[in-house]
Amino acid sequence: MPPVAPRSGDAIFASVERVNAELFTLTYGAIVRQLLTDLEEVEEVNKQLDQMGYNIGIRLIDEFLAKSNVSRCVDFKETAEVIAKVGFKMFLGVTATVTNWDAEGTTCSLVLEDNPLVDFVELPDTCQGLYYCNVLSGVIRGALEMVSSYLNGRLGLSVDNLVSMKTEVTWIRDMLRGDDAFEMQVKLVKQVPEEYPYKDDE
Amino acid sequence: MANTACFMIVSKNDIPIYEAEVGAAPRKEDAAHQHQFILHAALDIVQDLAWTTSAMFLKGIDRFNDLVVSVYVTAGHTRLMLLHDSRNDDGIKSFFQEVHELYIKTLLNPLYLPGSRITSSHFDTKVRALARKYL
Repeated sequence: MPPVAPRSGDAIFASVERVNAELFTLTYGAIVRQLLTDLEEVEEVNKQLDQMGYNIGIRLIDEFLAKSNVSRCVDFKETAEVIAKVGFKMFLGVTATVTNWDAEGTTCSLVLEDNPLVDFVELPDTCQGLYYCNVLSGVIRGALEMVSSYLNGRLGLSVDNLVSMKTEVTWIRDMLRGDDAFEMQVKLVKQVPEEYPYKDDE
Repeated sequence: MANTACFMIVSKNDIPIYEAEVGAAPRKEDAAHQHQFILHAALDIVQDLAWTTSAMFLKGIDRFNDLVVSVYVTAGHTRLMLLHDSRNDDGIKSFFQEVHELYIKTLLNPLYLPGSRITSSHFDTKVRALARKYL
């Protein structure tokens, strides 16, 4: 029998290695600062942060699954809960809440009341279009894209049963723009079995 | 609250990065220039004094008629300068210490370039509130 999935990341958070919060915040700030200098366009910085997040996500998911002992999620709702309660706690030290489900259960919002990335940060007039935490949305997108293929591999499913979890993550609320919390909308775009583009008898 | 007070932050390269008239008296256009002038003139005295003492708070280093200049020099040699007509030393010291704290927070903002103008409205509001409280 598989171990019971933890419903909170507290225990894992207590056991993983941590770094000083200010060092973390300022390091991330330095990255964003450098991207703004290098790319000049705020739009480009948003894209780059998302791409960096994606690259982090596709690696981070392995670490997450290895350490967190979560069992297989049966549906997207459970997946979202695990991200919010275990994932965020494990890597950021905060928990998110999941709200605003749509009728089909494919779109939800992750709400962060507290975000260690934005301590000290204030957007100047020149960076108004910047999604400062865009790296987070990239991480979720990347992680969810990998999680399905990982599970399929573990369950011994053959490749033609592969299920792909493609998501779109957009920011709804941003504290740096004067909102009261951070809200990411996670939309499950498709979760269809991938098929070969050809048939066996051809 | 003091009748006349002008607060200014001068970066270590002698560039003013923040200015505020925080007095209760109705502001006059020419007075603002005069206040700037007095504060800028006091910079030379700060330069000489700063290295003779280990204290950050230098009170009453210069005067002009009934106006007094007090200065707080941070470790990074940014100077917080206040022109005032009140004699409330403790209040002024507390004001400087709290503004110093605010200034550090601003410095920690990765999107703020050290030595550039402080344009944050949040900072401005906070400084004015502190001025009302202590001066």
